[in-house]
Amino acid sequence: MKWLTFDEQTIPLDDWVQDGIDWLVENYREVFQSLKVPIEKTLEGLEWIFHSLPPVVVILLFVVLAWRFGGKRLAGFTAGSFLLVGNLGMWTDAMTTLSMVICSVVFCALMGIPLGIMSGRSDRFEVLLRPVLDAMQTTPPFVYLVPVVMLFSIGTVSGILATIIFALPPLIRLTSLGIRQVHPELVEAAVSFGANPWQVLRKVQLPLAMPSVMAGLNQTIMMALSMVVIAALIGAGGLGGPVVQGLNTLDIGLATIGGLSIVLLAMVLDRITQGFKK
Amino acid sequence: MAMNSEVKIRIEKLHKIFGPHPEKALKMLGDGLDKETIFQRTGTTVGVHDASFDILEGEIFVVMGLSGSGKSTLVRMLNRLIQPTSGKVLIDGQDVATMSDAELLEVRRKKMSMVFQSFALMPHMTVLENAAFGLEMAGVDKVTRSERALEALSQVGLDAYMDSRPDELSGGMQQRVGLARGLAVDPDVLLMDEAFSALDPLIRAEMQDELLNLQEKHRRTIVFISHDLDEAMRIGDRIAIMEGGCVVQVGTPEEILQNPANDYVEAFFRGVDATQILSAKDIARKTQVTLIRHPGDGPRAALQRLAQHDRDYGYVLDAKQRLLGVVSAEGLHSVIEDGGDSKDISRAFIEEASVVQSTASMQEILPEVTARPWPVPVVDEQGRYLGAVSKNLFLKTLQRSHARQNGTEEVAP
Repeated sequence: MKWLTFDEQTIPLDDWVQDGIDWLVENYREVFQSLKVPIEKTLEGLEWIFHSLPPVVVILLFVVLAWRFGGKRLAGFTAGSFLLVGNLGMWTDAMTTLSMVICSVVFCALMGIPLGIMSGRSDRFEVLLRPVLDAMQTTPPFVYLVPVVMLFSIGTVSGILATIIFALPPLIRLTSLGIRQVHPELVEAAVSFGANPWQVLRKVQLPLAMPSVMAGLNQTIMMALSMVVIAALIGAGGLGGPVVQGLNTLDIGLATIGGLSIVLLAMVLDRITQGFKK
Repeated sequence: MAMNSEVKIRIEKLHKIFGPHPEKALKMLGDGLDKETIFQRTGTTVGVHDASFDILEGEIFVVMGLSGSGKSTLVRMLNRLIQPTSGKVLIDGQDVATMSDAELLEVRRKKMSMVFQSFALMPHMTVLENAAFGLEMAGVDKVTRSERALEALSQVGLDAYMDSRPDELSGGMQQRVGLARGLAVDPDVLLMDEAFSALDPLIRAEMQDELLNLQEKHRRTIVFISHDLDEAMRIGDRIAIMEGGCVVQVGTPEEILQNPANDYVEAFFRGVDATQILSAKDIARKTQVTLIRHPGDGPRAALQRLAQHDRDYGYVLDAKQRLLGVVSAEGLHSVIEDGGDSKDISRAFIEEASVVQSTASMQEILPEVTARPWPVPVVDEQGRYLGAVSKNLFLKTLQRSHARQNGTEEVAP
C-alpha cells in the first residue's frame, strides 16, 4: 500500500517529463527550430526598423500616435518618457524591447483572436480550452523556460515564445467574452435576414466585440512587458538585460534605470492602446 | 372578413419540443399526456403542439396568447430560427422545415423578414445601414441597397435620420427603422414578433395605423405576434389564439368573440367592448317575415303572411333578395281600405324606414334601433337583405357580452 502512506514517490511524473522532453529534443529539435523561423523573421524586421530609424523619428511617431488616440497630455507624456529613456542610455535596449513586445503581440493576436472567436462561438471548445488557458496563466514562467530553451535554444526568439505563452490567455478570454456579450437578439435578427455564420461574425459579432478584443490586446501588451525581465534570463536582449545584470552584480542603480524604462514604456503603450477602444 | 385569397403559408401538424428526448415527448403527446407530466418524466418542454392552419396571401394574421403560450416559438419556426421537431411549414408550397441551408438563406433574404420586440437594431451601424442590412446580406451592391433602404426609410418617415445611430432615436423611431429594415428587402411575408409591445400606448396606436397604411398601399402577408387583444382586434384580419403550445382557435375577431372555443379564449375577450367589435351583420337575425315581391302579390297576400306569423312588420324583397321596403300590418290595412283592390304593395312602404350597412358596428346602429318600433333591416353592399336587428336582439347581445365580461368577477354572497 505504498500509494497510501506517501513515504516515497510512486508516480515518477518528473522522470517521464524529463524523458519526454529529452526524446523531443533528440528527435524533433529541427522541427521546433523551424517553427521559430516566422517569429525570427518578424522580429528581425521589427528590430531593423526600430534600430535604424533615428530616435527623433521614433519619438515623433509615438507622439503622433499618442496625440491621435490619447490627446495632448498623453503626447506630452510620451515625448517626455522617450526623452528620459534615451538620456538614461537605455535607447537601444528600449528599441529591442519594443520590437520584442510588438512581435509577441502580433503573434498573440494571430493566434488569440481566432481562438477567442472559436471559444466565443462554441461552448464545447471553450470547455476544452479553459484548463489549457488556466495552466498557461498560472504555471510559473520559470517552469517552462527550460524546456523552451531546450527545444528552441537560447536567445530572443525563445524569450518571445515564453512571452506568448504568458500573454496569450487574456486576449483569448476577452475576445471570447466580447463575442459572448453580443446580444443574442442581434445575432437572431442577423440570421433572420439571411446572414450566414461568416456574415454574422463579420458584420455583427466582431464589430460589437471590438472594445473587448482591444482590452485583451492591451492586457497582452502589458503582460508582454512584464515578461521582459524573465525573458532576459534566457538570453533575450532589451531592457531586461540591465535589470538582470544589475541584480547579478548588486548594481541597484543599473537595475533601477532598466526597470524605470520598462515602466515608462509600459505606461505609454498602455495609454495609447486604451485609446484604440474608443 | 371573407377573402378570396390563396394560401400563402400552410402549417401542418407543427411541433416543437425543447429538450433532450423530443421523440419520447412526441410519443407521449400522441398518447394524450399533458405538458406538465411530460416535463416531469422526460425533462422536455413542449413549445408548440400540433399546430395546423393556413395563413392567406395579403392578410394580417395575428397569433395571440399569453407569454409562454408558444407564439414566439411558432413564428420562429416560420423562418426556421427555431428548427421544428416535426411537421411542415409550407411557404408557397415549399417546406421551410426541410429545405437545404442554401434555400433557407434565399427564403430569409428574399421572401420573409422579421421585426423584433426589442427592435434588435445594430448599434454599430447607422440608420441607413441598418435599413439596408437584409439587402447587404443578400449581396446587393452598395448603391442599390442604399437607394432601396432610403426608400424604405421614407415609407416610415425617417429618411431624414439616415445618418443617425439607433441609440439617438426614440423607441418608436427605432421600431420604424426595424420596420424599414423589414420592408427594404420587399418581402412577401413580414413576421412581426410583438413588434409594438415595447412602445407606449400612444406610439403603439400610431404604429398600428402606420402598418395598416402601409398595408393599404402594398398588401403583404403579415404574421403578427401579440399578447394584446386590442391590438389583435385592431389590425388582425384573422386571429389564432394559442394556449400552452396549442392553437385553440383560428378565426376572424368577430367569429372568436361570438363563439369562443373555450374559457381561455373567453377570458381573453373579457373586458372587450362588444359594441365596438360586433357589426350589424353579426347580430342580425333572419327571423322576421320576408315578402318576395311577385307580380300579382298584393297587400292582401302580404297581410295574410304577417297574420300567419303573428308579426307586425314585414320586409319586402325582390327576387334577388334586395330589400325594397318595410311594411307594417297597419299600413297594409289602410292601403287595402283606401285603394280597394290595388295591387301595389309599395304604397304601404314605411317612409322613414332606413337600412343599416352590414359593417356598421353595434354602437353605430344603436340610435336607429332605439328610434324605430320595427326591427332595423341590415343590408350588404349590394343592398341584399341579411336580416334585421330588433331592440330585443340588441339587448340580448349586450347582456351576453356583459355577462361574459363579468363572468369570473362575480363574488358569491
